[in-house]
Amino acid sequence: MKKVNALKISLIAVVFGLLTGFLIIAVTNRNPYNLVVALVRSMAGFNLLKPDKPINVLYILNWFLETMPIILTGLSVAFAFRTGLFNIGGEGQYMLGCTAAAYVALFVKAPFPLHPILCILAGLIAGGIWGFIPGILKAFKNIHEVVVCIMLNYIAWYLTSWFVRAYLPINPNTGSSSINFPESAIIPTLNFGTSSQFNYGIIVVVIALVIFHVVIEKTTFGYSLRATGLNFEAARYAGMKTKFNICSSMFISGAFSGIAGAVTILGVYHYGRTFQGFDGYGFDGISVALVGASNGIGILFSGLLFGLLKTTSNNLQLFNIPKEVGELIQGAIIFVVAAQYIIIYLEEKLSKKKGEFK
Amino acid sequence: MSYAIEMLNITKVFPGIKANDNITLRVKENSIHALLGENGAGKSTLMSILFGLYQPTSGVIKVNGKEVSITDPNVANDLGIGMVHQHFKLIESFTVTENIILGLEPKGKFGTLDIKSAAKKVKEISELYGLEVDPYAKIDSISVGMQQRVEILKMLYRNNNILIFDEPTAVLTPQEIQDLMKIMKNLIKEGKTILLITHKLKEIKEVADECTVIRKGVGIATIDVSKTNEKEMAEMMVGRAVNFNIDKNECDPKDVVLSIKNLFVKNFKGLNAVKDFSLDVRAGEIVGLAGIDGNGQSELVYALTGMTKIESGNVYLKGEDITKYSIIDRFKKGMSHIPEDRHKHGLVLDFELRENFVLHSYNNKEFSSTGFIKYDKVNSYAEKLISEFDVRSGKGKDSLTRSMSGGNQQKAIIAREISEAKELLIIVQPTRGLDVGAIEYIHSRILKERDNGKAILLVSLELDEIMGLSDRIAVIHNGEISGLVYRKNTDENEIGLMMSGSLHKVGGEINEKG
Ligand SMILES: Nc1ncnc2c1ncn2[C@@H]1O[C@H](COP(=O)(O)OP(=O)(O)OP(=O)(O)O)[C@@H](O)[C@H]1O
Ligand SMILES: [Mg+2]
Repeated sequence: MKKVNALKISLIAVVFGLLTGFLIIAVTNRNPYNLVVALVRSMAGFNLLKPDKPINVLYILNWFLETMPIILTGLSVAFAFRTGLFNIGGEGQYMLGCTAAAYVALFVKAPFPLHPILCILAGLIAGGIWGFIPGILKAFKNIHEVVVCIMLNYIAWYLTSWFVRAYLPINPNTGSSSINFPESAIIPTLNFGTSSQFNYGIIVVVIALVIFHVVIEKTTFGYSLRATGLNFEAARYAGMKTKFNICSSMFISGAFSGIAGAVTILGVYHYGRTFQGFDGYGFDGISVALVGASNGIGILFSGLLFGLLKTTSNNLQLFNIPKEVGELIQGAIIFVVAAQYIIIYLEEKLSKKKGEFK
Repeated sequence: MSYAIEMLNITKVFPGIKANDNITLRVKENSIHALLGENGAGKSTLMSILFGLYQPTSGVIKVNGKEVSITDPNVANDLGIGMVHQHFKLIESFTVTENIILGLEPKGKFGTLDIKSAAKKVKEISELYGLEVDPYAKIDSISVGMQQRVEILKMLYRNNNILIFDEPTAVLTPQEIQDLMKIMKNLIKEGKTILLITHKLKEIKEVADECTVIRKGVGIATIDVSKTNEKEMAEMMVGRAVNFNIDKNECDPKDVVLSIKNLFVKNFKGLNAVKDFSLDVRAGEIVGLAGIDGNGQSELVYALTGMTKIESGNVYLKGEDITKYSIIDRFKKGMSHIPEDRHKHGLVLDFELRENFVLHSYNNKEFSSTGFIKYDKVNSYAEKLISEFDVRSGKGKDSLTRSMSGGNQQKAIIAREISEAKELLIIVQPTRGLDVGAIEYIHSRILKERDNGKAILLVSLELDEIMGLSDRIAVIHNGEISGLVYRKNTDENEIGLMMSGSLHKVGGEINEKG
């Protein structure tokens, strides 16, 4: 069931999601074809209604820009999933990552490539610690990580707002964000002459994907983390350090979200933020991990998919479609993936001929 | 006489294997029909098809002469078919009655749950069949044997007439097995029909009317049990002669490897489960630990292997005090452990088989370098163990462990632990759920390990196994050692008396003449 079906289910989910989108548009007396137009436009900048105009790189870059943080938070959630944990604290870890990176950007002096690297490391550690806390409580006090994570999301929100105001130099024009980072700390854009904010942070995303894959699938460490997640008692019987493993898993999981925060703030905002609410990337990570079946390659593709749906949402209004339709499609996809057992069940029913695992 | 069940030309294909290959099974009404076959022969699969858990690839099922399509367990239930799985499906924090009525809760006035009338009915059924179950007891406070009776009650409460038992005796103590046999006979008296999967030929001989033998997915024959014997059935199922006697030469014990001194261990309730327990096991000998279930065996083993804290006393391995060592350090010192509960401790069911073979040793030089697992080494190791121990599954080393048959899961654990044992092997219930052919092989392997100079502590509820394999026998009663004797100086009677605590005889100390 594991690999083959996961792919099948994700594809069924995507098709179902898009059909839902078409249906909603059709029943509200709009032209469903416009959704296709919007999707193609967001993907490649190519306007199907004006076929003479060329491809516009700006759109492609913005699509990729949108996928960067959600691949990272997707890895964050997936890492926890694979080791039997549910990290719903991505939002908080992301905020901590943002703020720690901002602090290092403003207060540590370093030359260019080193400076953003230091900032990202700071984000990694801050996010990691924010994941580590529910990890410890789970390992030693058997408190469910979901409860702690949700509380920590709110604590992170207020903590970072206070910290930015109290310790970072505030920009007098905004009053609620810090002054701009020095040039040496900023991740430069990679926009091929367009106005996109797509940036070299993509390198970090790629490295994170590779590390995730290697650690989970190839290393002894990943093996013992997975064993602990799949059968805690068997891992204990085998002599693994089960408590340490739970804490490490949550630290690493949090670190991925922290990196997402650092990369976003260094590549897009260029200043320390006080948050008005959750950016939503942490929650998007849950969708990305679910649809991507919690493996590296799957997350790459589901990240691209959700990135596309997010940018499409922004473009939909141009085609007289409410932008909520994009969210609706995302919702429908998650619904199917979450209800995958229904699909497995139906499949068993329909294809009596085939043998499947339970 | 008419047939209650007819399964005609049933075939079931799983990826990589034909679990059932054109099997035909006819079960006479109001009889006990046994299914016999090697581990992985396809018995559980066939019964899962009858219970609606799997759909057959091809074939026809008739219930009471009528062709039916059993698409899920609810359909099976409506047809009067019930099943007791090897691993019970009960909710621990619920009472007996609450578990039984799950899914068909009786409504009282104003839609409230009418537990009282349900409990009354449970009590009536329980008395009718001699089950002696307390309707208000909580599941987590009753024994495994009682839990099984709750599963039986569940079927009876639903008026099921055709009852499937998948290896019901594998988890029971000898006394509980006797009780279950009686219960089955009572069920037949009341007009039920029973399908029984078991590896114990004695049980088939005792209760079954007919027996269908399956080999590698193929139905070999259906025989009249009264006209055959255990030897014949075993041969029919394995396809060769099986040796029931354990051929064993004299042991040649060397230095003491495991030494337990005045051990006290508490159970999860905080009571002393092991009291002042002392025992030595030498290299090259098998010490059997006999006892009635629940007399402290599990706690003793957990304490020896580091899974539970030791209250007081000491454990030495080759003279080194390992009382405070972690599980992994004990393993590194040469201790191996075949655990009692294979699903809880022995395996990660969602791992591939090959990954389960290196559960302790994934971090050793042999299977890893600089933190990376050497999957090529793991693969060849897995293949070696699979062929050596004849572990059967659909896709070999790549099979998902969860999809393997119960007996083959057990063989995988034994293969891993025996291969890794360096000094001491602690073996608990090794042959639970194994077929007679596999038992013969595993017993010979245990003896080989002994002859290779390993110290072996064998914990088993099966007296035959203890008597057959051990060189010395220790008996535990109420957490204390009530007997220690040389195998050749004792018999089942004496061991039985020591198990019940009516005889105390610690004579088999190693400095004494055997
Ligand atoms: N869900 C499944 N997916 C894939 N293969 C399966 C599945 N269930 C069973 N098998 C395979 O089918 C074969 C028959 O398994 P089954 O459980 O029926 O054996 P069994 O006769 O009950 O053996 P045992 O005595 O060990 O319990 C085994 O080789 C097993 O690996
Ligand atoms: Mg079976």
